[in-house]
Amino acid sequence: MNKNQADDSSSSFSVAVTGSGGSGAVTTGRILLEAAAYSGFQGLMTRSAGPQIRGGESAAMVRFSADPVECMGDQYDLLVALDWLNIERFADEIPLSDKSLILCDPAAGEVPVLLRSNGAEIREVPFKVFASGLPEGRLNMVALGAAAVICGLELSAMEVGVRRVLASKGEQVVETALRALGLGYNHDQRPAKTMPLPGKQDNVWSITGNQACGVGALRGGVRFVAAYPITPASEILEWLAPRLEKLGGSLLQAEDELASINMIIGASFGGVPSLTATSGPGLSLMVEGLGLALVSETPVTVVNVMRGGPSTGIPTKSEQSDLNIALYGLHGDAPHLVFAPLSIRDCVFTTQWAVQLAEHLQTISLVLSDQSLGQSRAIVETPSALDLPWRRTIEASPDGDYRRYQITAENISAMTLPGTPGGMYTADGLEHNVRGTPSSMAVDHREQLNKRLRKLEDFDFGDEWAEIEGEGTQCIITWGSSAGVVKEVAWQFRQQGNAIRTIAIRLLAPLQRRALSQAIEGMNRILVVEQNHGGQLFQYLCAQDVLPMTASSLAQPGPLPLRPGRILRALDE
Amino acid sequence: MPVPALKAKDYKSDIKPVWCPGCGHFAVLSALTKAMAHLGLVKEKVAVVSGIGCSSRLPAYIDSYGFHGIHGRALAAASGLKAARPDLTVVVAGGDGDGFSIGGNHFLHACRRNMDMTYIVMDNEVYGMTKGQASPTTRPTWSNSKMTPHGTGIPCFNPAAIALAAGAGFIARGYSGQPSEMTRLLVEAIEYPGFAFVQVLSGCVTFRPDQRSWKEDVHPFINDVPTEDRIKAAQIIQADDGMATGVIYASQYPVWQPDNQKETELSLLEEEFDL
Repeated sequence: MNKNQADDSSSSFSVAVTGSGGSGAVTTGRILLEAAAYSGFQGLMTRSAGPQIRGGESAAMVRFSADPVECMGDQYDLLVALDWLNIERFADEIPLSDKSLILCDPAAGEVPVLLRSNGAEIREVPFKVFASGLPEGRLNMVALGAAAVICGLELSAMEVGVRRVLASKGEQVVETALRALGLGYNHDQRPAKTMPLPGKQDNVWSITGNQACGVGALRGGVRFVAAYPITPASEILEWLAPRLEKLGGSLLQAEDELASINMIIGASFGGVPSLTATSGPGLSLMVEGLGLALVSETPVTVVNVMRGGPSTGIPTKSEQSDLNIALYGLHGDAPHLVFAPLSIRDCVFTTQWAVQLAEHLQTISLVLSDQSLGQSRAIVETPSALDLPWRRTIEASPDGDYRRYQITAENISAMTLPGTPGGMYTADGLEHNVRGTPSSMAVDHREQLNKRLRKLEDFDFGDEWAEIEGEGTQCIITWGSSAGVVKEVAWQFRQQGNAIRTIAIRLLAPLQRRALSQAIEGMNRILVVEQNHGGQLFQYLCAQDVLPMTASSLAQPGPLPLRPGRILRALDE
Repeated sequence: MPVPALKAKDYKSDIKPVWCPGCGHFAVLSALTKAMAHLGLVKEKVAVVSGIGCSSRLPAYIDSYGFHGIHGRALAAASGLKAARPDLTVVVAGGDGDGFSIGGNHFLHACRRNMDMTYIVMDNEVYGMTKGQASPTTRPTWSNSKMTPHGTGIPCFNPAAIALAAGAGFIARGYSGQPSEMTRLLVEAIEYPGFAFVQVLSGCVTFRPDQRSWKEDVHPFINDVPTEDRIKAAQIIQADDGMATGVIYASQYPVWQPDNQKETELSLLEEEFDL
């Protein structure tokens, strides 16, 4: 994104809203984001919460700009503290500087030293006093009004935001909120820094990454989902359930992940494009089923919204640490497709692409989203509807000598669906011959192994395997959600007059070795950036022998997001 | 022109079963094809789904669509298939280990989900494919497996009682040595609108030669069966020695099936994201 956090003339604004349980920090952030969007900005809101099911401290981080926003910056311009309870849990997630401003209520007590020590300016507004003057008045709306002034947003835009977010709570709540907002807005009219308001834009969506994966699934033709609830993937399922119904499909809540993967395999065998969504522990349980889908050539897609691992790990926070299981988790020789969306907006395209390629290639697609994409909300240009050509090859009228696993030029065999006369076969997890009859003969095993490998290796995935930008002799390779922060680093780098190339990999398997080798030709500095501890992409690229010996790895585990400054420092090392 | 009615043999595929000579499963295969012929099922509108084990090889031997999946997950695959394709007749086949041990959770939830399908468990109280280990229905003192040299020492799983407790609406037990009764049970099970559970005592000649005595051990229920009364069914099942055959319980519960009526377009749904 096009901005420079360290510079006062920067074209983005970053706000963190924190508060204890029930204080409405996330609602406040959401309204701010919607108001910024209404003013013509693009933006991003991430959230952070403690482990409590309900209540407990929470924080909303909002960044907006005239340009696309795909990551949080190095620092925050504004911290809106609704109160100071448990603020220490967020302190390291909200870096402040002497250019930052802290907006708080003197009634909440002293600004903690932890936050004051960096020299941020403190602006006090009596949230509580103003709010208590209104029946059912809420102090977060007072704070929101005061924050809007500092952000340079107009009152009318704030009112639209309030109405959009609170409409479902009834007119009374909206009216009270608007009055509280006005009190905060009119109290102190000194803005912090002014960014020109771009004016309301057309063709803009407000969407979370989990919703975007849902949209991509539906666009790809998915009409059956079976799934088991898990953080942070459940919102995909909750969004899809009522919408699938309206589209003539269905979502079945399964008894466990072993059931969900096998249910979607059953439905796909019946001819309906099918998907499940889960997170690390659920993916672990699904792996045997994935092998079955792969060998029986029954297309399915799994969206895996990654969280801190291994085991139960850190369920509510992001990490890109499931690449290894996605690539290598299956037993046997099991080539398949692994994707990672590069932004919230890209969740739409990548999921659609993954579903349709699974269908076309009759294999399994794993989509590695993560918590930072899934549970964050973005204001983005509407992703246009794409009519991708990839579909399942169906044999509707077999000629009497039907062979389900026939070897063909593209190694894709036409599939009959139950109900088709003359096309009957038994799909099997056992190795089989071209007719699907179980076989333990070497010749059949080799023939089918080759078929399942070649159909992927020989397929032309086009240019979508990665997003490649920039020139020069330095290069950052990254994947999935880390693409956002890498883009920002590249922009800052170029602002300083330096050239840099970035390669953000969307299709991780099969690795497009030749194209990647071409993209890094002539680079004398290569840094592989990812959010995990083991450098899983780096290790993968080393194993595939595409990196020169001089390449290095920047692997930072969750839960803290990768920040531009950290990557810039690594480039200098 | 009227199509000549299919005979039982028309429902058999040309693949030779891997089963041992004398295996009870041959009789189950035969009874299933007879039931299909009796009902006049259209072959391509039938899907037979299974997991892993000797009995789970059955789908390949039926001339219909089949899905031979992974160990314990047959009911899950079948439930997804039925949800997506309500027009199909779905028959699930498997063994006691597949259904009650590794697949036990799916058994419980398939009973309570009550989708319209038939579940045949060929129960021989042993893992045959892995060469003779104790299964959930093996008596606790059976010590012929090297893996449990003193017997399992734990009580066996009572499939009918558990099916009833989990909410199944149709529960029957047959014996592979009584093929005509078994055929009748399967006809009723397939016709039953909902989840129909049929436990078939189907002996293993190789690892449980002692099961030859089943011929003498099986008997009809002493009570009036079937009953529609859940409490009575529970009493009958608890009083039974596990060797009585017949339909035990047949009642009606709401069948679960998603409503697949399309009412809108995706582009309209996407408008919710517009600012």
